[in-house]
Amino acid sequence: MALYLIVALDVLNGISLLFLLCLGLAIIFGMMKIINLAHGEFIMLGAYATVISANAGVNIWIAMLVVAPLFVGLVGLIIERCLIRFLYGRLVDSMLATWGLSLLIIGIVTTIYGNTQQGVPTPLGGFSIGSYQSSYYTLFLAGMAIAMMALVYGVMRYTRLGLIARATMQNPAMAATLGVNPTRVYMSTFAVGAAVTGLAGGLVAPVSGITPGMGGAYVAKAFMTVVGGGAAMLSGTMSAASLFGAVNQVGAYFTTPVYGEVLVFTAAIVLIRLLPQGISGRFFKGNL
Amino acid sequence: MPVRFSLVAQAVVVVLAIVAIAVIPNVIELFAMMQLTLFAAMAVLALSLAFIWGFGGILSFGQTAFFGLGGYAYAISAVNFQDSTPSILLAIIIPALFAAILGYFIFFGRISDVYLGVITLTVTLILFNCVNSTSGDEYRIGKALLGGFNGMPAVPTFNVPFYPDQVLSPEQSWWVTGGALLGVFLLLRLLLSLPAGRIVVAVRENEVRASLLGYDPRKVKLLTFILSGAIAGLAGALYVNWGAFVGPTIFSLSLSAEIIIWITVGGLGTLLGPVVGCVLIEYIVAYIGSQQALNSNLVLGAVLVVFVLLLPKGLVPTARDLLMRLVPAPKAKEQLAEEQVPPSAAASHMAGAE
Repeated sequence: MALYLIVALDVLNGISLLFLLCLGLAIIFGMMKIINLAHGEFIMLGAYATVISANAGVNIWIAMLVVAPLFVGLVGLIIERCLIRFLYGRLVDSMLATWGLSLLIIGIVTTIYGNTQQGVPTPLGGFSIGSYQSSYYTLFLAGMAIAMMALVYGVMRYTRLGLIARATMQNPAMAATLGVNPTRVYMSTFAVGAAVTGLAGGLVAPVSGITPGMGGAYVAKAFMTVVGGGAAMLSGTMSAASLFGAVNQVGAYFTTPVYGEVLVFTAAIVLIRLLPQGISGRFFKGNL
Repeated sequence: MPVRFSLVAQAVVVVLAIVAIAVIPNVIELFAMMQLTLFAAMAVLALSLAFIWGFGGILSFGQTAFFGLGGYAYAISAVNFQDSTPSILLAIIIPALFAAILGYFIFFGRISDVYLGVITLTVTLILFNCVNSTSGDEYRIGKALLGGFNGMPAVPTFNVPFYPDQVLSPEQSWWVTGGALLGVFLLLRLLLSLPAGRIVVAVRENEVRASLLGYDPRKVKLLTFILSGAIAGLAGALYVNWGAFVGPTIFSLSLSAEIIIWITVGGLGTLLGPVVGCVLIEYIVAYIGSQQALNSNLVLGAVLVVFVLLLPKGLVPTARDLLMRLVPAPKAKEQLAEEQVPPSAAASHMAGAE
């Protein structure tokens, strides 16, 4: 019984982590059809922002929940103005340029902080179920995933801002004739996507080793989750994250973590072969 | 007349290239020649992606899957047979078979652009993860120990065909590698000038129109993919021959990214461009590696961003355009002659005539 509970917690952890890590990419992809291959490096920047401000004496919660998203959101804003805005509508070029950007960011961070591993201690304690250990941080991550989902849904569905964003997503030309400035919407969407990614980076900082190259571990998974989820940013990403997160954890439980990953990748390939428009292209058409 | 002139010019260039490959060992030092051997092996890999991306319109993010499979196929069979002759053949056949299976899955499922990128990327990651976890004595194929993260050291290098005792000297290795590069280049150039190559370009230009003309785009893309996989596999064998070592990093994403950078820098839609881009970038990376001031990621990333934004055509097409502008008179006739042929054929001719 205790074992099942622990496995269930692991699955929950995998799903919520994957969802948090993908949400920023999904917002950018869903709104602007731009694949940001520097996504992993945005996560890395968020983690570095957390670690460095926490080590400088800032409260860990403030470092994670405030400093990381603000910093990465600002970086995203600058990058959108200098680079991304020239690439709207050029999918392949945007992928190449953001790939270059990711190498550039890795290079800059390596030059400044060196190729060494950093970390912060995990806040909150642990608890035990039977003879197994787990940490409250796992539950906190799941809570954050739910909170972020509710926040994005609420903003997109019930506010004027969300209405403008959805209108621009559906038909930029029509939105422009109604007085919306699509350039500004794209700019703020990219910054918001980057901030959400930075938050995810801050949240994984206590549970992972932080190196300049850490983004590489996330970008492929985030990329395939978002594409596998399809155009709907919330329902698509949530369903794909649930599927892949569960496959990963259950696979890792029955075999080894390595084959858990391999199983996820295989699942992604089969999914895209069966549903070339992603999960939401088939099941949640028109949803958020 | 212009056609015959261009044929003569091309023949002269080929003869010059053969002479250059032949005399290089006498002109430069051993270290520089070894470096050139590596660049030539990488340039073969660049050509494999240049062909499917530039002419077939298929952007694979996982060309290193075939490169790595070729490398491992060569290493495993070379350790087992102690003879490179069948190993080189296997290094071409196994990636080609893998490309056939994967390509069937992709193209007959009508998967394109981003989705194709995701699949090729994840396949590479699967191979990396699997090979990376094969450390331990139980993972062996015949006599070959896979070695997991540490890779396979001391792989037998090329020998004279069917004479396993006569191992090639570094000079001979260079001749083989440089010759393979020239051979692949000429093969692709020849293919692109044949009707088959024009069909490949036609499918890239407009799939619907090509299929209305009676060609099956799925089959054309699949065959293109298989050929490119075979070439990448050969490049893998050449690479392992250079270093006598193969490890799982051969499947890494950073190498996949590097191939795409070579082509973007050199020029998409040409064959010469990727070779130039490959040698240039690899030279820069090697140079940066030898000093401490700059990080190679930083430079590579900056180069890629600058090229996508400011010089999206790449070096070779830009240089060609400049040359065309400088000498417009003799080219005018050729252009007139080309206007007689159908657009897609003209496009392939133009693209192949860098």
